[in-house]
Amino acid sequence: MYLYDDFDRTLVAERVSEFRDQVARRLSGELTEEEFKPLRLMNGVYLQLHAYMLRIAIPYGTLSSDQLRMLAHVARRYDRNYGHFTTRQNIQFNWIKLAELPDAMADLARAGMHGMQTSGNCVRNITTDQWAGVATDEIEDPRIWAELLRQLTTLHPEFSFLPRKFKIAVTAAAHDRAAVRVHDIGLRLHRNGAGEVGFEVIVGGGLGRTPFVGKTIKPFLPKRDLLSYVEAILRVYNQFGRRDNIYKARIKILVHELGAEAFAKEVEAEWQPIKNGALALDPAVIADIAARFRYPDYETLDDSPPALAKARATDRRFAAWLDNSVANHKVPGYAIVTLSLKPEDGPPGDATAKQMDAIADLADRYSFGEIRVGHEQNLVLPHVAQRDLPALWRALDTIGVATPNVGLVTDIISCPGLDYCSLANTRSIPVAQELTRRFRDLDLARDLGRLHINISGCINACGHHHVGHIGLLGVEKNGEEYFQVTIGGRADENAELGALLGPAVPYGEVADVVEDVVAAYLELRARPDEIFLETVKRVGVEPFKERVYATR
Amino acid sequence: MTSPLQQKLKITGPVVITANRLGDGAVVYRTLDGHWTRELDQAAVVSTAPAAGELLTAAADDIGAVGAYVAPVCVDKDGSVRPGNLRESIRHAGPTVDLPTSFGI
Repeated sequence: MYLYDDFDRTLVAERVSEFRDQVARRLSGELTEEEFKPLRLMNGVYLQLHAYMLRIAIPYGTLSSDQLRMLAHVARRYDRNYGHFTTRQNIQFNWIKLAELPDAMADLARAGMHGMQTSGNCVRNITTDQWAGVATDEIEDPRIWAELLRQLTTLHPEFSFLPRKFKIAVTAAAHDRAAVRVHDIGLRLHRNGAGEVGFEVIVGGGLGRTPFVGKTIKPFLPKRDLLSYVEAILRVYNQFGRRDNIYKARIKILVHELGAEAFAKEVEAEWQPIKNGALALDPAVIADIAARFRYPDYETLDDSPPALAKARATDRRFAAWLDNSVANHKVPGYAIVTLSLKPEDGPPGDATAKQMDAIADLADRYSFGEIRVGHEQNLVLPHVAQRDLPALWRALDTIGVATPNVGLVTDIISCPGLDYCSLANTRSIPVAQELTRRFRDLDLARDLGRLHINISGCINACGHHHVGHIGLLGVEKNGEEYFQVTIGGRADENAELGALLGPAVPYGEVADVVEDVVAAYLELRARPDEIFLETVKRVGVEPFKERVYATR
Repeated sequence: MTSPLQQKLKITGPVVITANRLGDGAVVYRTLDGHWTRELDQAAVVSTAPAAGELLTAAADDIGAVGAYVAPVCVDKDGSVRPGNLRESIRHAGPTVDLPTSFGI
């Protein structure tokens, strides 16, 4: 966990006080909606179809058990007993009352939480690998850098009114779990030929109306230069980004239109004069930030304790969960546990207040009080002793978060869609629910292997459909809901945008179409362990298209 | 369902004025006597652009609700009023899916 200091606490408390005054003035009519809207957006407050929605930042997806309990409290006291974890490692409450928002924010502030950087044209909550600090394939904890960037960008006066929102993600692992190549800035920590650790800087990725995979403009950036270089990128974007057309305002359009090389030159010119200034990172500053991340006092344990092997051998359900939801930890004797928020029939990413409280208690008991949120809308207990896995599994199973479907066909990423969102064209959640019913057979799901379905209810792509192995995009046609289907997308280190399968299909047929795509894959795959993406890469879109549209 | 914010005031059938209540964001409808109601069947239903425009102008000046716009409705033979499209149906009746708390956990 990162330990906030008085500066952080004062900043959040002052923001609550300001917002309380702003809400009072809005309710009295002193502020018009036009005047109030930018103020509420700076605190993560949206107005959706049925109610106000509050989005709360979870910096780099790390939560303490006390923070999760506070989220449960907010769900219970101010909302309808549940929250929705988003694809940006945040949480949203869908039914919150404007008049009660200042009290909710004051409660959140007591746990060091707020809605800053979750809306508006600023640098948004910095995201990273949900396995940060514990993954076996990372070279160091990327959250140190995410925290430095958080401190740079929070309320940064120059970057509070950018042409459009701005998203940064950081990874330090060989396998990218943070989707850095589809962010405005993606940062990949890696080691160069001389053995030094620095950043590959990727710019101009993004999904939405005009999707792009980001371009590398700096293959290796020394650590000391991270803040100054990011500042230079933001300055170039702030100066040249389109403010005249919201659809062309993201940095990806600027990078695309200028070209990555020309954009990099602009950044270089902006960077050189500031490179050795106040933003050059002193090793002592880095060490201070790193020191504020406290790691558990791990016990000295052996991997694969006998009790675990015994439990695996005697309980088939436990064994299935172990194989699916538990990953290796960099400390011997420990494991990383993913909690699936994708039960059959459940809205993807939703957790009830009861579940949040229970997970917080389990985190205290089994994971040193720490929880992570992943962009796939699942939770993680990052420090579980392997000997505790059977007991933990039983507890997780009781509260419905032990479905062994992580990374499988029913581990669906989905936006809230038209059931909640004022921007949506179509519903997303019922489509996801129907797919969880169609693929409820876990043996089939395991046989299919890694297969990600991502669903967005509109072109804004909050459900990341472009990078779903199967992507579903809701569109409206003459007042009816339709879905465009793409296949072959991926968000990892080999990020690619999916290819369109063919004409959009009606809402009522979309689950049938996905079943057809999956059936085609089973027929086309070269061997049982050739995953869906590999098959698409090998045979192309056409055989899938033929299968889907032959009878439509 | 195109966002109402992108709609032009083009009236091709019966419509109401709808908005979100300031205090809690709840969906409300404009009545003939210039108030907001939660009940669609108490809303003023009009069928011409001038009538809708007049209601909308008054609604926009009312600080009790936010983001007033014109929404289509269907009027049945018995006079009952129903939302005119899926978006408005969801606003009227709530999400088409059960809330996660309905699973009993």
